[in-house]
Formats: sequence, C-alpha cells, structure tokens
Amino acid sequence: MSAAPAAPAPAAAIDPSTKTTPARGARRMTRTAWGFLGPFAVFYVLFLIWPVIYMFISSLFNTTLVHRGLGSFAGLANYREMLGKNEFWVSMWNTIYFTLLTVPPLVFIAFVLAVLANRVQRGQWFFRLAFFLPFILPSAAIALIWNYIFTPATGLWPTIQGWFGDTNPQSVLGTPDLAMVGIALTTVWWTIGFNFVLFLAGLQEIPREIYEAAAVDGASAWQQIKSITVPLLGPTTGLVVLLQIIASLKIFDQVYLMTGGGPGISTEVVLQLVTNTAFTDYRVGAASAASVLLFIVILLVTLVREIIERASAKSKREN
Amino acid sequence: MSSPTPHRASPRFGRRALLSGALGAAATTTLSACGSPLSAGLVGGQLAPGTVQYWNLFGGGDGVRMITMEDVYRKNHGGPSSLEAATFTWGNPYYTKLSLATLANSPPDVAVAHLTRATNLARGGLLSEITDADLALVGLSQSDFSAKPFEKAKTDGKLYALPLDTHPFVLYYNTDVCQKAGLLDSDGLLKPIQGAAEFEAALTAAKKVTGAYGLSVSTIADQATCWRWFTTLYHQQNGATEFFGNGRELTYNQDIAIKTLEYMQSLTIKKELVPTTNDYAGAGTMLFTGKVGFYLEGEWEITTAQSVKDFKFGMTTIPQIFDQPATQGDSHSFVLPKVKHTPEQRKLAMGFVKSMLDQSLTWAKGGHIPSYKPVLDSQQYRDLTPQKYYAGVVDYVTYDSPAWYSGSGSTFENIIGAQIGLVEQGIATPKQGLDAAVAQFKTYVNTADPLA
Repeated sequence: MSAAPAAPAPAAAIDPSTKTTPARGARRMTRTAWGFLGPFAVFYVLFLIWPVIYMFISSLFNTTLVHRGLGSFAGLANYREMLGKNEFWVSMWNTIYFTLLTVPPLVFIAFVLAVLANRVQRGQWFFRLAFFLPFILPSAAIALIWNYIFTPATGLWPTIQGWFGDTNPQSVLGTPDLAMVGIALTTVWWTIGFNFVLFLAGLQEIPREIYEAAAVDGASAWQQIKSITVPLLGPTTGLVVLLQIIASLKIFDQVYLMTGGGPGISTEVVLQLVTNTAFTDYRVGAASAASVLLFIVILLVTLVREIIERASAKSKREN
Repeated sequence: MSSPTPHRASPRFGRRALLSGALGAAATTTLSACGSPLSAGLVGGQLAPGTVQYWNLFGGGDGVRMITMEDVYRKNHGGPSSLEAATFTWGNPYYTKLSLATLANSPPDVAVAHLTRATNLARGGLLSEITDADLALVGLSQSDFSAKPFEKAKTDGKLYALPLDTHPFVLYYNTDVCQKAGLLDSDGLLKPIQGAAEFEAALTAAKKVTGAYGLSVSTIADQATCWRWFTTLYHQQNGATEFFGNGRELTYNQDIAIKTLEYMQSLTIKKELVPTTNDYAGAGTMLFTGKVGFYLEGEWEITTAQSVKDFKFGMTTIPQIFDQPATQGDSHSFVLPKVKHTPEQRKLAMGFVKSMLDQSLTWAKGGHIPSYKPVLDSQQYRDLTPQKYYAGVVDYVTYDSPAWYSGSGSTFENIIGAQIGLVEQGIATPKQGLDAAVAQFKTYVNTADPLA
C-alpha cells in the first residue's frame, strides 16, 4: 500500500525529438492506447457491458434457463410480478436492513482502527496485517468460522452468553430477529480490513507538518483528529462510504452460506431471490427484472450521496 | 491424469479411432483416462471416462446405506477409481446444481432424482430418454419394475427415470407405550385403527401412558413433513382433488383443505394429543424417549430408530382416518442427465444403475419399498420386518400434484408447508394459512411455465 501520491508527469509523455506533426503523433498515440486497452475492452464488453444490456432486454421477456433464445415477450409482467410480491419486498428490506447494520460500523470502526494503527511507532505492520487478514479469507471459510461461533448451546457465542448468566440463550442464526444481526457482525469482522487500509493510506497522505504545527500551537490529540484528520480525510471517507454502501447492497455470500435465507425468509436478500428465481425456478426473465430493480436502488443511493456531497461542498465554499 | 497440456487431446482422437476396432472398450478407457481436467474441459469431453460420476442427495441413514452400496459397486468394478460419488444438500439446492451442471454440459453420468422432480427435469430437456435398448444393455426390461412408480417415471409417454424405491409417509409406534395402553394384539403388533374416533382413542390411550402426548409429528422448520401429513389426510377424503390442474390453475377442494387443517389443528391445540412445536429431530426423539406412543414420518427414519439402544418399535401404514386409505409418498429414481455419451459410457452408466438396483435389499433395510421386482417379490424382502407391514401402500401412495414448481423439497412444499406448520402451532387459523399459501401460488400459477 503505497502512501506516496501519484506524481503527474504530463510533459514527459510527449517525446519532443520526433518530427511528426502534433496531429499525427496524437493519432498514433490513440492507436497505441487502443492497442493497450483492446484486450481489456474486449473482456469488459463481453463480460460486463453485454450482460447488463442482456439483463435489461431479458427482463422484458419470459426468458428461461433451459431453452435457447429470449422466449415470449412479457412486457412489464416480470416487473409487475416482482413489485406485487411480498417476498420481493421482504428481501429488499432485508438488503437495506443489512446495509444499515453494516455501513456505520464498517466506516466508523475502520476509521478508529486506522487512526490508532497510524499512531503506532513500532510494529505497525503487525496491526495492519491483523486487521486486514480476515478480508483475504474466502466467504466460505468465514461462514464456517462464524457458524461454529454461533452454534446453539455449544458454540463460543452462547458459551460467552452463559458466563454472563444467560444459560439458555436464543440461537443467533435460528431466531428471525437476530439472524441478520449475526450476519452483519460476521461481515464487519470480515471486511473491516479493506476500509481500514483505505483510511490508513489516506492518513499517511496528510503531511506530518500540519500535525507538528498544531502540536506547537498546543492542540490536543482529540483536537488534531477533529480539526485536521477528519476534514483532510474527507475524500477518502466519501469513497469508503460509497464503496461500502454498494458492497452491502450486493450482499449474498454470507447469507447464502450461513442461513440460506432462513429462518423462513427472514434473512433472504435480493441477490438470493434473483439466484433462486433464475437457477432454481429457471426463470431468467423474472430474475433479470429483480436485478434491474436492485440496480435502480443502488443507482438512487449513489445519486443521493452525490447530491449530498455536492450540497455540502457548496455550503462549505459559501462559508 | 498425467497429460498436462490440452493440445495432446487432438492426436488422441486419431489413435482412438485406430485402436477402437481391435482393442475395444478397454483400450479406449485407459487411453482417455489420462485426459487432464483442462483438456476435458476444452474439448468438452469426459473428466475421467473410465469412471462413473454419480450425484445424490442422501443424508442420515440413507447416506450411510448408499455409501455401502457404492462400495460394493467399486469392489465389483475395478477399485476406488471406478466410481466418483458426490452428495449434495437435499431439496432445491441439489436440483439447482444438477440443472446447472447439465446446462453447462458437465453433468454426472448418473444422478438421483425424486420422481416428482424428474418429470420437470425431463420437461426442461435436461435428461436423456432411457430406451428399451438402454435397459437391454444391462439385462433389464420394463417388466422388472413395479407398475406404479414405473408409470410415474414416464414423461409424455417416454421413460426418463428408473425408480429405485417408493418411500411413503408411515406411522411409527413405541411398542412399550402401546403395550401398556392395550393397543397391541397378541403378536405384539398394533391393532388395526379405522376412523377418526378410533385414531383419537388410540392417541388418548397412549397419552395416558406417557403422561405427555399421544403422537408427535414435526411442525417447525420442516415444511416437507407438514405437507406430507396434510396431503395424507386431505387425500383420505372423498372429493379431494389434485392441488393443481396442469400447474396452470388451482384445482384443490377448498372445503376439504380447510377441514383437513381444522382437524390437524384440533389434534394439537384443542385436544392436545400432538405437541405444537417440534422440529424434525425433536419429533423423533419424543417417540424414542417414550414421550409419545406414535410418530409420523417417512419410513427412512427406521435407521435412526434402530440405532436407539433398547428401543422397541413398530411401523405400519397411516390409519384410514377418513373415507379412504391414502398416504403421501415419492420415489427415488436414477436419471441420466443429457450429455454426449459414447456407447461405452452409456453402458457404464446403465451398469451402475443395475448394480444399485441389484442391491435393493440393502436399500430396503433402510425402510424404502423397492421398485425392482426381482427384489420386491423375493422371499428375503417379504420377510423383512417391520417393512412388510406397510409394503402394500405402494398401490395408493399419492405423489405431489405435478407443476413446474412442485415435487419433493420444492418451492411448492416450502410455501404450503410453512403455512401448515403455523396452523398446527395455532399461530394462524386454517383459513388464514390456506389463504396465505394460495396468494403465493397465484404468482406461480399465473406465470408462464419456464419448462414449456
């Protein structure tokens, strides 16, 4: 994780010794650029752009998994079905509930850990490694670890509850109201390392001199964090919040592996509904419609955040 | 599996063609057996052509028994590498994996499917037809199978599955409890029970002995069992119609469905003969520990019951409580997912199926009623107890109403089973439960059949 800001080098890009006219040079450069971009662009179009377009198209058809082609035209029937289905709204709320449960701690705790790790003089590598390590584990391993921890009666979690006098605690993953909290806790532990690293990189870009000057002026550690760290980390925080919201809205692995959406459908999330519809019910068309609706929600959330960002930036400038 | 590079796959075809005449199947098998997974993937070939790949969904006692049968196959067919068996989570997850693997052109050679699910797989074009010629490859013929499951194995008149068994919902009883309650005859068998009055009298007598309850059946976190109990009672009544007509309309008899739910609820709530909250394991444990005299579940729980120390029990058909005998059931069957097979591979796959059918007696010891007639009609099977006391139910077992979303462990069972459970627990009234389930079915009934 390099803390050095990328040095812009615009002048070096054009070799002054070549005798070509600026226009022809630019054209050759464009060609070279396309040459470099080409391989990536092919994959990008084939595996990202085209599937998204296909999703929009098939959401209007009775496309099935088992037959070739798009199937018969359905119009907006797939959307009507999803919007009129209790299961869709339950899973949409579960997705949003999970996002609400995970985003604040994943941003706040990651920030606190980064500030603390940044202050460590010796052995900082250990803390960086310790906090980041869970993130490199696959979701299957995480699900196993936490299913062990949450095992009713004999797991680590109920054992600890037992020490505090709760001898017959409710099973975390088996109780509808608690299951999502358990999954959220698992996710915080698992993915906090990513945000932590982003914050740490941001922190290391803040020039030391500012802190030194503040210290000379008699600012306390708390005042330094409040008036220097938080404002200068603004762009990083914005990025972390946005990435985290999107990641949380795309929740699937942990739920699928830990509860399978249960008990009942109390932890079923939208991507799981999509998977079930597309691969168990063979209804790719209806699943596409659900995906488009989730896409719209993510788009709206991103827009709202952007608007808030601009408004606050504007008010800052006016002050 | 030593060949590291994919391009070695192409010369092999030439060599195979040369050798095929003289050396035949054996040479082909050894040659192709060295294909790496990579080359197999690139040319769309078999992962390990000498090996039968086999998927199933058996857990618990069934799982242990199936592994025994697989080991017998391995012993008779050239050691550990002759068979690659994988077991997946029961229900929708299994069928999803099987469908996706087939669509991706890398399915197992043989897979297990419930007959109620095999029809949908066949309609989706995921299974290959089993012809008389295929049967003849390993010395089988249509007459080797018991008629009812064999008919059920056909889709649009074509055979797509070979039934291994029929597995009905049955009545277990605790011999000690029933003895004390005076419910057994001089041979130590349960006296016949006929009609609701006798049924409830038996449960009440058992309840007096246990001091707890008369009968246990699981009601929570187990949609399949809730459905099995409901549909058994429902189909025992005159005028009970199939739940779906062709999957496209709801054709169930509302009055009978409500009456059935009311009866189930009266047993738990009003008469307190059946405990309201029991999960799958809990319901069985109540029988084993003498907290109830009777227990309802599929016959496969025989393995669990036999493993309980000093526990004496019997099994019999579900009593006729209403107008006619009926009991829910399904059949495990073998299917051949659609994939390009050489005649040798086809024969290998059929040979594996034959080997499993030959071991039907081992399977029958796990409670299942064999479909393979040579075993079904054998004296050894007829002597199995308590299997023989319910073997006759094959003739009137009711399979789930066909629809693209129904069958064992399906979306249909999950939806209606959850509501039945709520009714039994007294959380929903019979009408509320049925209405909630029907509201969810309307989505399915009104959507275009993805398999059509």
